[in-house]
Order: sequence, then C-alpha cells, then structure tokens
Amino acid sequence: MIRDTWRIVRLGLKSLLLHKLRSALTTAGILFGVASVIAMLAVGEGAKQDALERFQAMGVTNLIARSKKPAETASSSSASTWSALAYGLLYSDADLIEASIPSADVARVREVKRPMMRGENFHTSIIVGTEPSFLGITNMEVREGRWLSDVDDRRLANVCVLGATLARLLFPLENPMDQTVLVSGDDRYRVVGILTEQGRTAGAGSTPYDECMFVPLHTHQRRFGDVNTTRSGGSFSRERVELAEVKVKMPTSEDVSDGAQVMRDLLQKSIKEKGDVIVTVPLELLKQEEESKRMFNIVLAVIASISLLVGGIGIMNVMLATVTERTREIGIRRALGAKKKHIVQQFLVESGVLSALGGVVGVTLGVALPFLITLWFQQKTIILPQHVMLAFGISAAVGVVFGLYPAWRAANMDPVDALRHE
Amino acid sequence: MSERDIIAEFVDVHRHYKMGENIVRALNGVSMQVRKGDYLTIMGRSGSGKSTMLNLLGCLDRPTTGEYRVGGRDVSKLDDDALSNVRGHEIGFIFQSFNLIPQLTVLENLEVPLFYQGRVGAESRKKAEYLADRVGLGQRLEHKPLELSGGQQQRVAIARALMNDPLFLLADEATGNLDSSTESEILDLFDDLRPDGVTIVMVTHNPAVAERADRTLWLKDGEVEKLIENKRSPAAAGGRAEEHA
Repeated sequence: MIRDTWRIVRLGLKSLLLHKLRSALTTAGILFGVASVIAMLAVGEGAKQDALERFQAMGVTNLIARSKKPAETASSSSASTWSALAYGLLYSDADLIEASIPSADVARVREVKRPMMRGENFHTSIIVGTEPSFLGITNMEVREGRWLSDVDDRRLANVCVLGATLARLLFPLENPMDQTVLVSGDDRYRVVGILTEQGRTAGAGSTPYDECMFVPLHTHQRRFGDVNTTRSGGSFSRERVELAEVKVKMPTSEDVSDGAQVMRDLLQKSIKEKGDVIVTVPLELLKQEEESKRMFNIVLAVIASISLLVGGIGIMNVMLATVTERTREIGIRRALGAKKKHIVQQFLVESGVLSALGGVVGVTLGVALPFLITLWFQQKTIILPQHVMLAFGISAAVGVVFGLYPAWRAANMDPVDALRHE
Repeated sequence: MSERDIIAEFVDVHRHYKMGENIVRALNGVSMQVRKGDYLTIMGRSGSGKSTMLNLLGCLDRPTTGEYRVGGRDVSKLDDDALSNVRGHEIGFIFQSFNLIPQLTVLENLEVPLFYQGRVGAESRKKAEYLADRVGLGQRLEHKPLELSGGQQQRVAIARALMNDPLFLLADEATGNLDSSTESEILDLFDDLRPDGVTIVMVTHNPAVAERADRTLWLKDGEVEKLIENKRSPAAAGGRAEEHA
C-alpha cells in the first residue's frame, strides 16, 4: 500500500516535471497563499501579544480615574480672571471610592511638573506624589533602595524615589542613593530608592514613569499645594487640581466590571456633566482590542483565503490542461486495466503534490517573512506551530479539492475516445 | 479442439450507434470464436466494422445485443470496473502507435498493467526483465520510449501486453507505423511467441500481414463476409476460428 502510494507520488512528480515552468508557476500561487497566511497570522498574533503586554502593564485588574482639563469656556478663561480653574478628582472622591470598594487597593496620585537639579545636571520632569500602594498597583519594582513608606508620608519627609531614566540624567556618574535632588531651586529631596526601567508608559495618561520623581503624597501636597500656576508669554493660568489620578486595583479580574460600575457611578457627575474625569479600565480596553483584533484576523483570514482560492483555481486550470494533454495516456491506462478510481487517484495525487510542494516552500517563506517584518518594521510577530500546520493543511486540501473536478473528468472519459485522441 | 479451448466468443453480436435521428449498425449479428493458440487477423474495408469489433474484443465497449464471452464468461453486461478487470487480467493490447507512456521508463511502462492489479514488486520487475529480454530489449529497461526506435517501442509494447499473462493479444494495426523491414521483425516476433501458446488477434488492412496469420476474418458492412485459412501459415491445419451462421 505504502509502496504503491509512493509509486503514484513518484510518477506524479515525474509527470509534473515534464512541464517544469508551468508546474513552478502553478505552485507559486499556493506558495504565496500559504506564506501570506502564516505571515498574516504571525503579525496578528504579535499585535495581540503586544496589546496584552501593554494592558497587563497597566494592570488588567486595575481601574484608573484621571483628571482631565475640561474644554475651556469663556467664563473659565484663565486670562480673564485671577481665580484658579478648579477641575478633576478630589480627595473626597478618592475617599468615597476607597470606602465603596473595600476589597480594592487604592492609590491617590498627584502630579506636578518642576525643574530638578543635581550639581550641574538639570532636568524638568513630573514629580509624582503618591501612596505606598502605588508600587503594587502599577507592578513596578524597586531596583535599589526602597519604596515610599507610610512613615515618610506621615512625617511629610522630603524623600524621593527616582525613575530609572531620571536617575541616569541627574546622576550620570555617581550612585544617587542618599544623595539629594534640588527641586524648584529651594527644596531638597533625599533619594531613598531607584525604580527598575519600565520601558513603557504604565499610566492611563502618558506619564512616563521612567522620567518621574516619586515623593510621598502629603509631602507633595504640602510642598506644591493644589493650585498650580503656569506662565506663558505675558499671561499666566492658575489651575486647582487635588488629584491627578486615582488608581484602584481589584482583587481579581472577575471583580473589575463591578468595580468599574461603582467607580463610574460615584464619579458620574464629573464624568458626564463636567467632563473633567475619565475612567479607564484596562481590561475593557483589552477586550475591545481583542474584539478589534478578531475582526482584523477575520479580514486577514479572508485575504489569505482569497489568495489560496486563486492558487486553487490556478491548480484546477493547469490540471484541466494536463488532463486534456494526457487524454491518450488516460486511454492507454484504461486499456491496461486502470479503473476510474485509479485515474482519479493519479490526478488527485498530482494536484496534491503540486499544491503540497507550494505548501512546503510557502511554509519556509511564511516562517522567514515575519522575521523580516520584525526587522524592517519593528512590528512584533509570533509564529505558532498550529498556524503553520493550518496553512500547510489548507494548501494540501486546496490541491485535493481543486484537483477533484479535473480528476473526475479524466476518469469519466470514454476509453475508446481517449485512445483515439491525437 | 474442445469447448474449453474457446477463449473468446461472439454470439450474434450487434453494435448500433445513434447518430442524430439515424441508427448506424456498425456490427450486425457477428458470431465468431477465438481458440487458444490461434492467430487470427480481421480485415475489411473502411467502415466494415473492424474498429467496432476491436473495441468490443478489447472490452472497451459493450455490444448493443448479443453475447461476448471471454474465458467462458459473458462480459457483455459487466459494469465499468468489472470490464477494467477483464482488460487488466485477460487481454494484452498492442496499438498501431505503440502507446507507451512517454514520461515513464521502459521498465515502468512494462509494470503499468500489473500496477493496477496491485502486483508491482520484485516479481513484476523480474518478469519485466524476462520479457524485455524476450523481445530483445533487456539492456534498455531504464530508457524512455522516445529514446527508442519505432520497432523497439513496438517490442516494448508487445512485452507490456504479455506482462499480465493475457488470454490473448489484441493488436490494432500493430505494424501500421513501421517500415517494411521492421514490420517483418515484429511479425517474426509474433511467430516466435506462438510456440509459448500465445493467442493473437490482429486487426489490419495489410494483406501481407494478414497472410502471416492462420486465418483471416473478412468483415463487410458489419457482418462476417468470409473466413479464410491462409496457406502460408505453418499452423493452417484445423479450424481454430470458426464462423457461426
């Protein structure tokens, strides 16, 4: 049985090699189909993984409420009034959230942009005032030293933890630990810890934590106050913002949707009427992303299927031409005792071999393409073995399906007519 | 000759074709027998029914009415697969244009009939080597048909026809594409095979070829016109092919 099958395959190959260019061109149709299926799935999988990592960095069990400056109105125009524009999250909002979701960890976050100096090194960046729970909620790690503590907060201590990039900028040649950083020219903070490099923006907004300085929440509140004045040209604006962000970590991902509901209900007025708070739920974003990726994948699959379909039509076309060319051979074989099934088998094997050859080369190309895509476009790609097998399986199936009609036509030729064919 | 020696028999065979409104009576009540060891040629003018008879003898077609027995079995009503079996086991075809499969080697061509019986292996190779030797082409097994002369190709075709130990060889103008000296070689080969008990039925339009056979069956307008015993044939004694009224 195996020997007979091998013989059919071998003789099929021989027949295909009679028209090398034609066979190669037909194979190319399947080849590009298979390669594109693998490459597209690899890109899709890479993008999915990318999104997953991005949202995991934000914390899939997290809820984030962030203050947002509302669209400026005539009455609130800072240029026309001395009063500060008040918006965003309040301490009372955070207290309410903490009380309403007792199972959750809550971190209040304040942000202010200030110039910092260490010797001759100068950098303007965001100073984040937050609570000890912040570290666990954001999944960040301390590389050296320690994180902020409750004691620091209670004592209103002038201590800070530096983001990895900021530490490098301010202390290019020395160890920052236990050194001091001068903020706004008059306030000194002792470095108690350095964070590991995040390499990404871990916040819902665009706060680049690698470049931030972290100080205790109440120290931040006391030193910088709630009103922030910025000068721009001849005018200046004053804004009153108590909290930039409230981060909430739910115990499990199952609790996220309930927690998000509670948070949105509590902040309903701010979200809907004033428009000065936005609530971000990474898990929801992840699900949305997955949904849109699913659509993206369907579109990719349809495109790849079309290319395989075109390849299949090419195979059918060539097999029909082959059957016509080899009509006499079919007659000879029938005269020598071949049954219809033998003829079907012979042509199906030939179309299958044609398409499987395309599949093998297509798999090779399909595995190589994602590497090039990653190299040239910095797009993450992931090749899954099941995708490779799927693409190869489809190519073989295309060969068989599109070879069926030509094979059936060959088998049903009248042997007498076939033998008479010139 | 006993009844058991009859290997192929037509009993009042008709073959009619419908051509639009008309019915063409290609064969009209033909009866004849082929016995073991016979060498019979079938002759007739164009349109006399030679080709139809050849197709029926080769089980490539079925009679409209009448019986065709091969090895004592009526095959006139068999289905397609069963007819393929009869062709594969009982009949050895030899064609005018050799009809070897061009992409296969001589050896592979020889093995084709046995392949469809699931009998390809060491045995088939041995047999192919023996028969290739028998037809004088033992050294050409790995050659492709187009690397051989016409006469050599026809020798391969004869060897292929013998691969399945058929009841009879059925040749269609077997020397029609050959020059006279090669024709003579092929006819000599047929003569050489006869002592082995090979039965030959050959359709031809060439009287010189027909004369080499024991008998010649003449067809005219789809009917048997006459059956002639050829004097030149060394085996011309005793009726091996008989016409039935």
